[in-house]
Amino acid sequence: MRILYFAWVRERVGRGEEEIALPEGVTTVAGLIDHLAGRDEGYAYAFAERDTIRAAIDQELVEHDAPLAGAREIAFFPPMTGG
Amino acid sequence: MPARISVAVTDAPVDMAAEIAALGEGRADIGAVATFTGLCRDEGGTLNALRIEHYPGMAEAQIVKVAQDAAARWPLLAVRIVHRHGTIRPGETIVFVGTASAHRRAAFAAADFLMDYLKSRAPFWKKEIAADGTERDWVAAKADDEDALGRWS
Repeated sequence: MRILYFAWVRERVGRGEEEIALPEGVTTVAGLIDHLAGRDEGYAYAFAERDTIRAAIDQELVEHDAPLAGAREIAFFPPMTGG
Repeated sequence: MPARISVAVTDAPVDMAAEIAALGEGRADIGAVATFTGLCRDEGGTLNALRIEHYPGMAEAQIVKVAQDAAARWPLLAVRIVHRHGTIRPGETIVFVGTASAHRRAAFAAADFLMDYLKSRAPFWKKEIAADGTERDWVAAKADDEDALGRWS
């Protein structure tokens, strides 16, 4: 599964994208955030304010309780500041 | 006739006159064109540039979706949205929204709606570059912008 990071989430995790094999038991966006946040200090910092993090599955905005089944691309980013 | 929707996400400057002309090109049923232009401010001389990051693919898709929502709410004939990414200098255009309709109210309202949704639903993020060239922080999302969506529900 491909994971993308944008803006300060990208800066804090130290990369813009990566491929990961989903660990057993990780089935939702929230579960994936928990998994990533446990990796190292940078990831922990990026995901420290859980409620602030926005997520998209295959380029569609989703809530944190969204299931990951069938997802090809997950993106994490701060609240958007378009316009 | 369904609204003609056209969206561009680009790092090139926006040619406003060409964008406005294209909105009504080849048709005679448009009675009103409303446009909104969002510009980069220099923040009292302290800002050198904005560096705008975006999510390629999703940015275009989200803007098209918002434009389709607008076209479902108002009798629009055409919608054109251009959103820039990359380095934007003070005075340059960040976003252009043009709406065309038979009458003005739909055009005005749709442009207002589109900007409200682009603010908090289009995947762009702005980083400020200070006058001395150093990076400042990311521009934070405003609660007001999120609240503004409530006007349309």
